[in-house]
Amino acid sequence: MTGKLLAQTIAELVPYGSRVLDLGCGDGALLNFLQSQHGCSGYGVEIDDANVAACVKRGVQVIQLNLEQGLRLFEDQSFDVVLQIDTLQHLKNAETMLKETLRVARMGIITFPNFGHWFNRWSVLCGRMPVTAQLPYEWYDTPNIRVGTFADFQALALKNRLHIKYAFGLEGEKIVHFWPNARAATAVFQLTSESQLTA
Amino acid sequence: MSFIVSPSSMQFHEPLALSAGGALVDYHLSFETYGQLNQFKSNAVLICHALNASHHVAGVYRGQDKSEGWWNNMIGPGKPVDTDRFFVIGVNNLGSCFGSTGPMHKNPQTGRTYGADFPVVTVEDWVNAQARLLDELGIDTLAAVMGGSLGGMQALSWSLQYPHRVKHAVVIASAPNLTAENIAFNEVARRAIVTDPDFHGGHFYEHGVVPERGLRIARMLGHITYLSDDVMNSKFGRKLHQGNDYQYSTQAIEFQIESYLRYQGDKFSKYFDANTYLLITRALDYFDPAKAFNGSLVQAMARATAEFLLISFTTDWRFAPGRSREMVQSLVANKRKLSYAEIDAPQGHDAFLLDDSRYMNVVRAYFERINTVSEKT
Repeated sequence: MTGKLLAQTIAELVPYGSRVLDLGCGDGALLNFLQSQHGCSGYGVEIDDANVAACVKRGVQVIQLNLEQGLRLFEDQSFDVVLQIDTLQHLKNAETMLKETLRVARMGIITFPNFGHWFNRWSVLCGRMPVTAQLPYEWYDTPNIRVGTFADFQALALKNRLHIKYAFGLEGEKIVHFWPNARAATAVFQLTSESQLTA
Repeated sequence: MSFIVSPSSMQFHEPLALSAGGALVDYHLSFETYGQLNQFKSNAVLICHALNASHHVAGVYRGQDKSEGWWNNMIGPGKPVDTDRFFVIGVNNLGSCFGSTGPMHKNPQTGRTYGADFPVVTVEDWVNAQARLLDELGIDTLAAVMGGSLGGMQALSWSLQYPHRVKHAVVIASAPNLTAENIAFNEVARRAIVTDPDFHGGHFYEHGVVPERGLRIARMLGHITYLSDDVMNSKFGRKLHQGNDYQYSTQAIEFQIESYLRYQGDKFSKYFDANTYLLITRALDYFDPAKAFNGSLVQAMARATAEFLLISFTTDWRFAPGRSREMVQSLVANKRKLSYAEIDAPQGHDAFLLDDSRYMNVVRAYFERINTVSEKT
């Protein structure tokens, strides 16, 4: 999911002037928005050549890196916020990357397609894997190798002792607070590490 | 179509203090410039060359259609580094054999050809010499300094030696220092040259000979390391030089790769200077900006204020992507502005001189964003 709503929604979660690391930053549109409208600075990380060139073109600082190699380039707590906007579902090491996110930053903002959305459930109930705007691929060619639900992510966060500061869903142009696991196509989580809360 | 260029030379009388101690007196630098310096003098781009290159970076010399500069695909009118916008300077380094003062020139203090007595020069010395040339050209601040391989080391060094004079540093297929393996390759090449009976301790000029055998082997070895295994296999594989049957000879050229390397070695030995080869490989070996900071590149890079573009190539094993990532890491740790592209090109280290649209696009996009008007304050 991309677009204005998402950018504005993310911007509201990112403290003004934050130092941001955007994992899987795509063409850099979001980071550019955060830099120009929200006083942020930082880097995008991207693997795709065309996206890297697009970032450079719009003046977004980008580092070409395969996220499967981890975040060794970045020191502990060297950013205010790490963004994983529609990135997690592509990663083999999704859990490691979640932990890494809260190692290098105080806050992580993660969005991913919610497989628990009612339409997806209905689709599976009818015997077929869903193909939707958020999950536009067929089962045999999908790059979304980690299909999880809103509730699954809550469980993963708990397992890794990551504190969910704020979570909601996005459905079309609306923010979904009530029963997002079934009603939202996109899940949005704002995480902080528990150790920091007690610190 | 290439544009017509011509080389210039500038003489320097004030001694240049060297890292090794002592100074170089009365030297000259060969250089070329392309494009126009703007009224703010804010659009200058310095191009630093690697081992086997010179100030002739782009364009052709009048009446010599095939004399294209070594980075002609990158630099020129409408090219990624657009000489319609930028004033580009190519400069030949001291110790080279392409025009600037080098071991084949006369030492003004002794009247004798320098030969092996030419002082050991470092990347830092070269940068200091380049800075003086810029002083003479009336350029205080570079919009960008750019180089590949050893040229990238100079660009990096510029950002550390003269941080206030560099807005952007473009460091391609380079490294913050050489690894042991890399020094080892250089040492084998140097031993090939030094042990050639025609080397005469570096004073072969007065004997009227050239240590061509040593130079050939040095170049053959170097060439292997500039290519990738894949590209060598696709280009040559096990193809035979002649016919389809083995000659069962230990001396004859049997495989095409042998013929290719011998050809490259022969060509090189005819135009390159043996003392220059020793000097330049030593400059590579010595470069290590982290050395003064107990090996901490992060601390070394704290001085840099330029914005960086770093590029590496996945199949480059001589200046591997990991080496570029070290530089990225040290810049990130210092919260510097940078972009880094890792191009999945098959050609090994040579890729930095070749056309690859992904590579060219990134460089073009980067230079398009370099502001040449308002940055000058």
